[in-house]
Amino acid sequence: MTTSTPPARERITIAILALGGEGGGVLADWINQVANEHGYVVQGTSIAGVAQRTGSTVYYIEMVKRAAAGANRAEPILAMMPAPGDVDIVIASELMEAGRAILRGFVTADRTTLIGSTHRVYAISEKAALGDGTAAAQRILDAAERRSARFIGFDMAAAAAEAGSVVSSVMFGALAGSGVLPFPREAFEDAIRHGGKALETNLNGFGLGFQRARDGDAERPAPRDQNEPTTEAGRALRAIIDASLPHSARPLAIEGVKRLMDYQNRSYAELYLSRLAAVRALDDGGNDWQLTRNAARHIALWMSYEDTIRVADLKVRAARSARVSNEVRLAPGQVMAVTEYMHPRLQEICDILPRPLGRFLRDSAAVRRLTEPLFRAGRLVETTSLRWFLALRVIAGLRSIRPRTLRYHEEQLRIDGWLTLAARFAESDSEAAAELIACQQLIKGYSDTYERGLARFEAVMSEARNLVGQRNAAARLRTLREAALADENGDALACAVSARSAGQA
Amino acid sequence: MAERSFKKEVEQLRLGDGQLFEGEGILAITKGLLQAGVAYVGGYQGSPISHLMDVFSDADPLLRELGVHFVSNASEAAAGAMLAASVNYPLRGAVAWKSVVGTNVASDALSNLASGGVTGGALIIIGEDYGEGSSIMQERTHAFAMKSQMWLLDPRPNLPMMVDMVEKAFQLSEASRTPVMMEMRVRSCHMTGSFVAKDNRRPPMTVGQAAANPKRDISRIVLPPANFVHEIEKIEQRWPAALKFIAEQQLNEWFGPDQDEIGIIVQGGLFNGLNRALELLGLSDPYGATEIPVYCLNVTYPLLPEEVRSFCAGKKAVLILEEGQPEFIEHELNTLVRQADLQTRIVGKEVMPRAGEYSAKVLVDGVAAFLRAHAPARAPALPAEVPAEADLASTVPGRPAGFCTGCPERPIFAAMKLAQREVGELHVSGDIGCHIFSIFPPFNIGNTTMGYGLGTAGASAFKAEGKRAVAMMGDGGFWHNGLTSGIGNAQFNQDDTVTIVIDNGYSAATGGQDILSSRAENQTRVTNHPIEKAVRGMGIDWVRTLTRTYDVAKMRDTLKEALTSTTKGPKVIIAQSECMLNKQRREKPLASKAAREGKRVVRERFGVDPDTCTGDHACIRLSGCPSLSIVPNPDPLREHPVTHIDNSCVGCGNCGEVAHAAVLCPSFYKASIVTNPTRWDRFKAQVRHAVIGWLQQSQARKLALRAY
Repeated sequence: MTTSTPPARERITIAILALGGEGGGVLADWINQVANEHGYVVQGTSIAGVAQRTGSTVYYIEMVKRAAAGANRAEPILAMMPAPGDVDIVIASELMEAGRAILRGFVTADRTTLIGSTHRVYAISEKAALGDGTAAAQRILDAAERRSARFIGFDMAAAAAEAGSVVSSVMFGALAGSGVLPFPREAFEDAIRHGGKALETNLNGFGLGFQRARDGDAERPAPRDQNEPTTEAGRALRAIIDASLPHSARPLAIEGVKRLMDYQNRSYAELYLSRLAAVRALDDGGNDWQLTRNAARHIALWMSYEDTIRVADLKVRAARSARVSNEVRLAPGQVMAVTEYMHPRLQEICDILPRPLGRFLRDSAAVRRLTEPLFRAGRLVETTSLRWFLALRVIAGLRSIRPRTLRYHEEQLRIDGWLTLAARFAESDSEAAAELIACQQLIKGYSDTYERGLARFEAVMSEARNLVGQRNAAARLRTLREAALADENGDALACAVSARSAGQA
Repeated sequence: MAERSFKKEVEQLRLGDGQLFEGEGILAITKGLLQAGVAYVGGYQGSPISHLMDVFSDADPLLRELGVHFVSNASEAAAGAMLAASVNYPLRGAVAWKSVVGTNVASDALSNLASGGVTGGALIIIGEDYGEGSSIMQERTHAFAMKSQMWLLDPRPNLPMMVDMVEKAFQLSEASRTPVMMEMRVRSCHMTGSFVAKDNRRPPMTVGQAAANPKRDISRIVLPPANFVHEIEKIEQRWPAALKFIAEQQLNEWFGPDQDEIGIIVQGGLFNGLNRALELLGLSDPYGATEIPVYCLNVTYPLLPEEVRSFCAGKKAVLILEEGQPEFIEHELNTLVRQADLQTRIVGKEVMPRAGEYSAKVLVDGVAAFLRAHAPARAPALPAEVPAEADLASTVPGRPAGFCTGCPERPIFAAMKLAQREVGELHVSGDIGCHIFSIFPPFNIGNTTMGYGLGTAGASAFKAEGKRAVAMMGDGGFWHNGLTSGIGNAQFNQDDTVTIVIDNGYSAATGGQDILSSRAENQTRVTNHPIEKAVRGMGIDWVRTLTRTYDVAKMRDTLKEALTSTTKGPKVIIAQSECMLNKQRREKPLASKAAREGKRVVRERFGVDPDTCTGDHACIRLSGCPSLSIVPNPDPLREHPVTHIDNSCVGCGNCGEVAHAAVLCPSFYKASIVTNPTRWDRFKAQVRHAVIGWLQQSQARKLALRAY
């Protein structure tokens, strides 16, 4: 039961939902301080402990106007936990915590101002998925609008980063900026000063929070259109795309071309477009050319498989150095060393050797035995040192011999096998072919991860061969693909495969 | 004590007559002890009473001035036994711990104490960890109070009241020669408020004076025939004395009108919640002016038959709000009402839930249900229920507890997960401490947990046939009792188990207190006693100490070695790395101070290259670090989110080690950022920048040529 009380009353109740390390306790102290200094009897409670270790925590504050001196009135009796329908202000440090507040009934349309950050701190279940396990943020945003009296939402983590502070100061600023508490801005700032810690950054964070509570998130500049070719080769390939592909597939095909020119060269991108054109020729155009769109994405991804050459190439680029400096917030006057954690095995070395040599070394037991100690431990590669930079630069230079390498040969064979099977589906069922094409997403990662993914892909392919021409092939392929991404041990996939065998028997 | 300072709180303990104390409930109790002239204090840390122990630990000079003796006991059993000082001497003593677990550990001592009875007031401050946020089994301390006959106070959450209750508890203990428990719920411990302080009182007799003038009274010792006499004393003398004191001092309270046909009896700790529920139902106001009579039990054991009789007389029905089960008070009320020959209906669990915390919603619903059944005219009209949204419920993910950023325990379980890939799944007997979070994703390791320090004992039934069982133990649990009940037990019985002792330098889960093996120098305690020495002292030879848990490959290989070694008897691995939370508390301020002073400071953190990360998240499944998360894939072609490390990374090294040990992927990098670089640093950087920069620019030009 949710009981609503009349809105006019002396008491103000505030619930704060925060995660460990976000300063929820500090925020509660500040609110305590500002209320106490401005004529309120205030009480805060919390459940401490598990918060510091990733859990979510509720802090609860109640305040009642202090009686005039000499007034004959008993001390107020303040509750220690929020009652559904009785919370005036909910402050949530993260989007799903705002969702949790709504779920727990703390947010009601008749009285609650919900101040919530719209950024995400992903839960372990979301992070650990083999693919995309993230929750639907839009659902929470919709509910926040619908179920609160007023929703003030913006990305407080971004504001905190901008101010160099923690999210609690931005939340405090947003509370002040919302105007729901009867205290002037200076009163809030005094509370921060009273706390005495990290004054400058906290006041910066407070200021940003205060302003964004009224103005919302800063407008982000629209991304520049980068789809215009800049080279002769680019223009030529663009002409092929425009001539041969439906509108909806073009942006993806352009990305594919960009990627493969960067990965290898123009002729490799041309090979991509010819493979894509073959798929397009079989596509019935259903679901806005789903098959062609999928092919534009997944052929490009597969053709740009991650070999040691590619990794070395990406690690030594100027753009990468700039990105790392930016990400670690390298300040002027600081210097930085960057160390990579690499673990090439004999397999990865053979992959980038000319095919006969690579195959010989890989399959030779003697070589394996002799070189094993070399590859047992991982390597610490300091790419900011000249020695390692040059070494990686040399490996990146092997790009020119890539088409002759062992791995190239094997990957092209696999790609052709996959596209041939897709073509067999496409003859009668574009939807199923599109699903089969999407199975490329099972192959990712390096070493064991790559081998696991490839094995699952092969398992799905061998199932798929029996599905050509069958009704429900598309649905069946989707089920298999999702099962392959469901868990690390492959239990779900084995289950899905055996369900089929049982069905056949 | 350890890495946190409680100086500010200690200052509050010095407040004198008429000064205003402002702070949390548990600190108010701490002050209350000094005001009551306590002679000695002890206990064992744990939520929600850790604060009391921490503050006393930092208050050494003040305690010396007052002549108060503080002991950081090795366990609750040790703390309970310490109350023996109040048996023969008029010394007021108090101990504190987390309950019900701490009371379990202490119960041997408590039974003896309660049997012989006390001369000086003996007070046990119980941090009742029940309901939301609790990490332990949901049981009631009430049962212990009843079975050993100790009085149980449950004061209304109000600071002046709670502080006053400390003094009253000592008096009650002395008047009835019985130990007294004071129950503090989690929220009461952390509740902020204020009260007017009194001067601290020196104990009339100190523990030193008592020891110098021994007194002996064989009738207080629990041996025949005295033990039989004690039971009779409990019934014939101590019980009536307690009833008399509680009634005369009016420890319980009454609110609302004198006459009514219904009433409510409530445990003191629930009173504030009840008043709010009544207010929401239109039957009270924020100042406790309830329209229904309320009898507030600040003493929940024993009940006073006369008070119960007079409250129930003339009422058709009385609601008892008693959290948890079994509903001892409800049973007792029924008996008392029957004995008084009243026709009052006692209503309890028939309208209230039998299990779980009495949250605000539960209280509102329960009181409303009581009114509908027994005073329908006063029952509120039911507002429409806001429908729950199933969609929303399935969207919001759970947040199971996990290891902190940079925690040294993470690599131990990553190593165990890797070892399991080779040797198959293991039976892992868990222990109490942060390490038990291994049972949750992403590690999913651990089969049982039987209590603090009992990891190894919990594995002792497994006679190995091919595969050995593994037991976890923390350093806190090791010194609490694990050395004897785990290691000693395994050695004596030649168990073939593998024990991993996690030695992070603190009793970390309870707030980072020092223990015997802590590496910190502690002015008032003795530290730096290695766990390995103690284990070898038990006669165990297969002991490996690893001094860096982040070495995942070594951790994995040592575990495999322990699992396959031909040595008979228990195998013990001691895995050492400092608790990161405490390490950061110590080092972060030092580093920023050094940086401000212009000294060379190196900060390390890890990162992930989004263009080589393929979004499989195998690294996350071996980590779960809060700083290792995901972001939407910046690559327009890839659909799965990529791994990302945020700036909260402390550079513990786990990510890199795991990437190496599990042969994961080359996306991880470590950035070592030097603030205030030396001339040599700068020179090196300039040369590198010049050469690498030149090569990168020429490469970028070539890239532009073959670009789209």
